[in-house]
Amino acid sequence: MGLLQNVLPPKERLQRLMTWGDVVILLLIATLLYLGVQLAFRSPAEIQGPQISLSPGALPWYTLLSLGRMMAAYALSLTFTLIYGRAAAYNRRAEALLMPLLDVLQSVPILSFLPVVLLSLSAILPQKIAVELASIVLIFTSQVWNMTFGWYQSLTTIPKELREASAIFRLNNWLRFKRLELPFGMIGLLWNSMMSWAGGWFFVMAAEMFTIGERDFRLPGLGAYLREASIEGNLTAIAWGLFALIVTIVLLDQLIWRPLLAWANRFKLEMVESDEPPTSWFYNLVHRSALMNILRQTFGRLSDRLDSWVISRFPAQAEEEKTRRKIDWGMLALYTLLGLGIVYGGARAFHLLVSVSLAEWGEIALGVLATLVRVLVALTLALAWTIPIGVAIGTNRRVAAVLQPVVQVIASIPATAIFPVFLLLVIHLVGGLNVAAVFLMLMGTQWYLLFNIIAGASAIPQDLKYTTALLGLKGWARWRTLILPALFPYLITGAITASGGAWNASIVAEYVEFGKQTLTTTGIGALISRSTAAGNYPLLLAATLTMVVTVVLINRLIWRRLYRIAEDKYRME
Amino acid sequence: MGNGTKLLELRHIYQNYTSGARMFTAVQDVNLTVQEGEFVALVGPSGCGKSTLLRILTGLQRPSEGQVLYRGQPLNGVNPYATIVFQTFALFPWLTVFENVELALKARNLPPALRMTRAMDLIDRVGLDGFENAYPRELSGGMRQKVGFARAMAVEPELLCLDEPFSALDVLSAETLRNELLELWTSGKIPTKAILMVSHNIEEAVQLADRIVVMDKDPGRIIADLKIDLPYPRLRHAEDFREKVDQLYALLAGQTRPEIEELGSEPGQFGFTRRLPDVSIPTLAGLLEHLAEKPNYEADIYRLPEELSLDSDTVLALTETAELLGFATIAKGDIRLTPLGETFAEASILARKEIFATRIRRLPLVRWLMNMLQRAEKHSLKWDIVQMALELEFPPDEAEKQLDTLIHWGRYAELFAYDDGSEQIFLEAATEKVA
Repeated sequence: MGLLQNVLPPKERLQRLMTWGDVVILLLIATLLYLGVQLAFRSPAEIQGPQISLSPGALPWYTLLSLGRMMAAYALSLTFTLIYGRAAAYNRRAEALLMPLLDVLQSVPILSFLPVVLLSLSAILPQKIAVELASIVLIFTSQVWNMTFGWYQSLTTIPKELREASAIFRLNNWLRFKRLELPFGMIGLLWNSMMSWAGGWFFVMAAEMFTIGERDFRLPGLGAYLREASIEGNLTAIAWGLFALIVTIVLLDQLIWRPLLAWANRFKLEMVESDEPPTSWFYNLVHRSALMNILRQTFGRLSDRLDSWVISRFPAQAEEEKTRRKIDWGMLALYTLLGLGIVYGGARAFHLLVSVSLAEWGEIALGVLATLVRVLVALTLALAWTIPIGVAIGTNRRVAAVLQPVVQVIASIPATAIFPVFLLLVIHLVGGLNVAAVFLMLMGTQWYLLFNIIAGASAIPQDLKYTTALLGLKGWARWRTLILPALFPYLITGAITASGGAWNASIVAEYVEFGKQTLTTTGIGALISRSTAAGNYPLLLAATLTMVVTVVLINRLIWRRLYRIAEDKYRME
Repeated sequence: MGNGTKLLELRHIYQNYTSGARMFTAVQDVNLTVQEGEFVALVGPSGCGKSTLLRILTGLQRPSEGQVLYRGQPLNGVNPYATIVFQTFALFPWLTVFENVELALKARNLPPALRMTRAMDLIDRVGLDGFENAYPRELSGGMRQKVGFARAMAVEPELLCLDEPFSALDVLSAETLRNELLELWTSGKIPTKAILMVSHNIEEAVQLADRIVVMDKDPGRIIADLKIDLPYPRLRHAEDFREKVDQLYALLAGQTRPEIEELGSEPGQFGFTRRLPDVSIPTLAGLLEHLAEKPNYEADIYRLPEELSLDSDTVLALTETAELLGFATIAKGDIRLTPLGETFAEASILARKEIFATRIRRLPLVRWLMNMLQRAEKHSLKWDIVQMALELEFPPDEAEKQLDTLIHWGRYAELFAYDDGSEQIFLEAATEKVA
């Protein structure tokens, strides 16, 4: 759960506020956006989406379609993670570029890219494929960053003596991957995959239905079903849709993630047996079955063959040789080309930015402020209820046994799925979308906090609790001397993820097309959505870049410092 | 004993590394030859580069300068004829005992049947039969290291390298394992041609090896090369065994030199800045009290590890500190309390602090830090700044260690204080007035 080290890069990298790498990366993002925008101008002016049926009978099929998109995106993410992480971990020069790149990429508001990706893809590909691809790319970008960070972190923290043992016993790259890197990183990879799936559900709901003016991009799927249902105000259909979604998520959890976690427990690095290993009924069932035994034997023989083929084909080579051949002209040419492309794209993007009027910049500044306030309100609200509840669950085993699974199911429902329903309820109240936007941010972020607080509270050592009791500390004094300091690192970890998520959610939250009407409020997210809908690409570019810079700056100025303090001072060893 | 065939040869090995503008030498001009049939032990204080040397000669690390020859051929990359038994075992926790041993064979692409018989044979030979399917976490330290030995010997290396293989084990398991290793080696049951062991335990080296190479630090270099031609099994209490151990301690503990040489110079000044040994004050006081109970306030250094239940590394660091502060003198492997040391051993807590303070004020490093603080605004400085200044003299991690020790000693002596929250080092109020 609270994998403290997974959220942020290791300490040495926290030093400077902005580096040259960051500048290059911002330029790169601007370039990509610019290219997308150029393509977008060429997309067809009118697009008719498929009809979404609201009959419950269509749901299994829709669910399968959404699931398929998730799996395709996850497969992409996993491949990307394994390759990118390895490149960053084993090549110092690549690391210097790849790690800051990852850091900025994960602050990019993914949703603001959706229209550009959609439009540009539909300009060059048949519409059906373009929409599918766009949604998969979007889900991919919501899943991949934390997995890559986690994998990179695992690779760089493999104990030195295990590395040396692999070298001295001449394990080739394949055996190293299979016997050292993968087992070592497995638990982190699993937890991150689970987080990524949760994030993916959030975006699959948003990515299946998108209208830009006369262009109606829709994909048959659960997300589109729910949206259609809420637009028509069909409460029965909404209930069916939510039911299908929850069943899917719970089934995935019980049949895939829990068994995998139970299985992965063997990869714990600790040299002592743990008290409470994760368990799974499904894993136990499968593990003991005769069929599984046969499969395992066959698979074992096959993998043995594969191993020996790979080993004879690619024997372990002396590390030396690899590091020696350093100057690679091909790569150099590629870098130069890439560099030139970035400079050109950056210049064009800058050109685009110049055309943004002063009034619009003012609007952007105001929007950032308004969204910032909303994010802060959402965070405060989330903290206000998650701290007491989290501590109650974390310190009391009996409460935990009852509440933990309930909380997990509720938390697994993507906020974007309930959002339309919620809108239906609050839209006519005072505050309207303002309240609803904060609510969506809250829905999207509170769980990170809650899970981290539970983890933190359950990690408070028993002897400290006894000492506090013996000293007669009660009420506020107890909170101040024991609970809050112990929670601090976990709170920060949760809050970092939560605030990032809240910014991202602002794009869906602040601008809503609801039936025939469009609701909007002041905010950077609304600005991004509005400029997309109006086809005002200079403004879209300006707003997106501003948001990226704001989020990155907040991360580095505030969260990282707090994280450092948490690491140094409040960490229980 | 060596049969004259050169197996491994190190020629003028240097290991340098740079930090900022400075270059540090971890290993300086090491020449070493290992012959077939030899059991060589490499001993020396921590930080003398003996582990670095082991990594260089197995090809895990490339030296900055110099050549590694194996059977006359220059080594390129990891030496395929060598294996290592690691101090921390380096077993793959997710593999069983059998799989751990087998992995080494699999990497060499042996057919499954052969892997099976060979791995089982070695597991039997180290006495782990019945534990093939256990995971390392289910085993005791001694048994884990047996897996380490089985794995290393499974690939039938010519050169078996041992990196402090017994130091993470309890006393009894270590002794058992040492005897078992010796039996395998002397009986010729393993195809190993030579063993090279890094150790910080001097008795262990004398017990096992037939040649001991002694290294010293600052910079890491070889200072002696001794033959040990005692017959096996060697008894620790035998006179000739004792003599060898005493001789080695005398080499490592050195000789008390004139004060000016002993203390060294301040950082940034010409000359060599003496490192502070990483020693805690209560342990030092313990050593002095122990010596104060001895006749003539005198003891053989080689006896101290056993008497104080400390390892030889710690004992050497303690004797070095006692010598540095003028509490004792060292000559020919013996340590003797000075009158000052006697006074300290008998003094009350407060008096001890005072004596300690006056003694460490003489150390160039302490003087240097106090002067800096004296001149600084509000008589306080950030940790990072002081460390940066120290990095002109020491490598970064050593600078941090030195500053740690400096602050630990300074706090005990109530010369300066440190606030972890603000990371500020400052002069104690009392010190300020006096100064």
